[in-house]
Amino acid sequence: MEEEKKQYFTISVYTENNIGLVNRISAIFLKRHVNLLSMTASESEIEDVYRFTILVKLTEEKVKKIVGQIEKQIEVIKAFYHTDSETISQETALYKVASGLLFDEPQIQNIIKRSGASIVTVNKQFFVISKTGRRIETEALYSALKPYGLLQFVRSGRIAVSREAMNISDILKDFDE
Amino acid sequence: MSTNTERITGAEAVIRCLLEEGVDLIYGYPGGAIMPVYDELYKYQDKLTHILTRHEQGATHSAQGYARTSGKVGVAIATSGPGATNLVTGIADAQIDSTPMVCITGQVGSHLLGSDAFQETDIIGISTPVTKWNIQVTKAEDIPSVMAKAFYIARSGRPGPVLVDITKDAQFAEFDYSYEKCKGVRSYKAIPKTDPQTIKDAATIINEAQKPMIVWGQGVILGEAEAEFKALVEKSGIPAAWTILGVSALPTAHELNVGMVGMHGNYGPNKLTNECDVLIAIGMRFDDRVTGDLSTYAKQAKVIHFEIDPAEVNKNVDADVAVMGSVKTTLADILPLLDEKKHEAWVSEFKAFDKIEHEKVIQEELHPTKEGMSMGEVIRNINEVTKGDAVIVTDVGQHQMMAIRYAEFVKSKSNVTSGGLGTMGFALPAAIGAKMGAPDRQVIAVIGDGGYQMTIQELGTIFQNNTGVKIVILNNEFLGMVRQWQELFFENRYASTKMTNPDFVKIAEGYHIPAQRVTKRANLSDAVKTMLETDGPYFLEVCVEKENNVFPMIPTGASVSDIRLS
Repeated sequence: MEEEKKQYFTISVYTENNIGLVNRISAIFLKRHVNLLSMTASESEIEDVYRFTILVKLTEEKVKKIVGQIEKQIEVIKAFYHTDSETISQETALYKVASGLLFDEPQIQNIIKRSGASIVTVNKQFFVISKTGRRIETEALYSALKPYGLLQFVRSGRIAVSREAMNISDILKDFDE
Repeated sequence: MSTNTERITGAEAVIRCLLEEGVDLIYGYPGGAIMPVYDELYKYQDKLTHILTRHEQGATHSAQGYARTSGKVGVAIATSGPGATNLVTGIADAQIDSTPMVCITGQVGSHLLGSDAFQETDIIGISTPVTKWNIQVTKAEDIPSVMAKAFYIARSGRPGPVLVDITKDAQFAEFDYSYEKCKGVRSYKAIPKTDPQTIKDAATIINEAQKPMIVWGQGVILGEAEAEFKALVEKSGIPAAWTILGVSALPTAHELNVGMVGMHGNYGPNKLTNECDVLIAIGMRFDDRVTGDLSTYAKQAKVIHFEIDPAEVNKNVDADVAVMGSVKTTLADILPLLDEKKHEAWVSEFKAFDKIEHEKVIQEELHPTKEGMSMGEVIRNINEVTKGDAVIVTDVGQHQMMAIRYAEFVKSKSNVTSGGLGTMGFALPAAIGAKMGAPDRQVIAVIGDGGYQMTIQELGTIFQNNTGVKIVILNNEFLGMVRQWQELFFENRYASTKMTNPDFVKIAEGYHIPAQRVTKRANLSDAVKTMLETDGPYFLEVCVEKENNVFPMIPTGASVSDIRLS
C-alpha cells in the first residue's frame, strides 16, 4: 500500500556554500534508507546562495518529514518539495555512437532529426548527440538508438524550477529579524 | 567583546575563545594533533581547568553531565584519529538528548589531509549525522569566528553538539586575533516565531477540555521554563506526566505530578493517555518509548504541541495545534488566557490507577517481602536521606528505570541520564561532570554492574580530582534489562547476559575511593547514610535480587493502554 502512495518529488534546497553540506543532506536520506534518484548542485538566482535539486520517489508523508529535517540543518536556508506537475523540469542526456553507423544505418539520421537532439561533436570514430528534455524524451531516444549500439550513454540529474514563487530573498530577510 | 587585535597562535586563540565564551572547565585527552592547544592549556591553567578523563568517551559524557546540571555548554577536547572517533558515542548521545556541547578535535596538518597520515580520520564525515553543526578549520584566522559560531549554535534554540576540527598547522600559525561573539547565523533561526493565533486556539481547546492531560519533556528544563510551567499546571489544574528527560522540572511530590509516561512509566498516565480528550505536549518529541504503538496512541485526543523544533511537529504524532517557540515565552503567553480550574474527578482517575500500581508493583518494590534486596528499596533508602535534594545520574537499563521511577526530586536539573541513545557507560563519567557543574549538590550515580564496566576507568578521574561523586552499583550479575526481555520474549534463553564480575570494592579501593559492599538488607540504610555523609567520592555496591523485572511495562509495539503490571 505504501508503495502505491509513492510518487516522484523534486526537493529544492537553498543553502549557504559550505564544504560538507552535501554529506549532511545526503546523510538524512541515508538514515532513513531512502535512495536518491538524482542530485544536482548549482548556483541559484541569489548571489552566494546555492541550490540542490534532488529527485526521490516517496510518499508525501515521508518527503515532508525529510524536508523538515533538511531545513533544520544550520546552513540550509529553505527546502521545498514539489510534485512533477508543480515543477518544470529537464534532464540532459549524451549519446555516443560509432560514426560508421551514420552511413551503414541511414535511419539513424532520421531518429536524430525527429528527436530534436543536437549534435555536439563528430569525428571519424564517433559522434556525440545531446538531448535535453523530460525523462520520457531522453528515454525515447535511448530506446531508439539502443538497437544500433551505443558506445556510451549518460544522463544528468534532474534540474527543475517550481511554478510557485520561492521567495528566497524574503526568507533571508526574515532570518535577519 | 575584545576589539583590539594581537598576534597569537591558533592554539592560543582556541583557549582565548573558550574564555570569551565563559568556559572555565573542559574535559579531554591529549595527543599528537592537539598538542599545540594543550601547550596553551598549560599556560592558561589558572584560568581554565582541564580535566583529564581516562578515555575520550568519558570526556564527552562528563561534558554532557556538566551541561545538564550547570545549564552551560559542555566542552570536550581530543586529538585526531582515535581520539576523535572515541568522541562519537557522546556526541550522538548529546544530539538525541539535545545537550549543548562543543567538541574540539585536533587534525593532521592541512597538507596531509587525505593522505592517510598517522592518526588521520575524517571526523567531519563521521560526525556529520550526529552533530547539530560541524566544521573543519585549516586557517588560524578562522578560529575566532568559528568558535563563536560553534557556541552560539550549541546553546541556542534546541541545543545540541557541535564539533570543530582544527588542523595542526592552523593551531601553530600566528594571526591577528580579535573576538566577537556570534549573535546570529544567516540561514539558522534558533527560535521559530510564535503565531499568536496558535496561543489563542490552544487556550480555547484547553479551557473547553474535560479530561486534559499534560506530557512534558526536557524542553521545560532546557528552556528554563520551570516557573512558567508550574504556574500553568497549577492554574489550569491539569494532571501532568513526564518523559524521562523531563523529570525534576516539577517536584515529584507536586499534587498534579502524575508520574512518568512510556515503556516503564506509571500505570495511570499511560492508561489515561488513551482516555484524555486533550493531550498537551510541552517540550517533548513523542519518542517511541513514550508512545508505544503510534496507531493506537491518543487517537481520541486533540493534541496541542508546544515545541521549539519545527521538524518535531507532526513527526510522530499529528498536532491539532502546534505552538512554536521557546516554552519559556509560549507558556507565559498562554497563562493569562487559561481558566482557573480543578479537574478533580479526572485527577482522581489517575489516583485510582496509582492505587492499583502501588498495590501490585510499587509496594513490593519499595518494601520487598522477599529476602533479596530490590533496586527500588535502594532508591527509597537514598530518598530517605536526601529528601529528594540530590542529582541522580543513571546509566541505562533496569537500574535506570528503577531510579527514575522511584527517585524523588525537589529541584530542576536533578536528573542526568542517557535517554534517547541509551548509552551504557554514560553514568560514571556523566556524574563527574554533573558534580563539577553543581559542586554544592549531592551527586549520586546509580549504575548497573554492566554499564559500570564500560567506563569503569573513569574512577581514575574521580580519584585524581577527588570528585565527590557517590557511586551506587546495583549488582544483579546480569545485563538485567536484556535478561528481562530474554525472560519475557525469548523464552528464558539468557544469551550472553550473565556476568561474572570482579571484586568491585577492591577496584574502588585500588583508586583509594572508600568503598563498601552490602549483601543484606539490615546493612543497607546505614551504608547509604555512611556514603552520603562521607566527604569526597564513595563507592557502594548493593547486591540485589538477580532476576527481578521492571514493571509496569509496555511491550514493544503495544499500545500505551496495554501496559502490563506483571
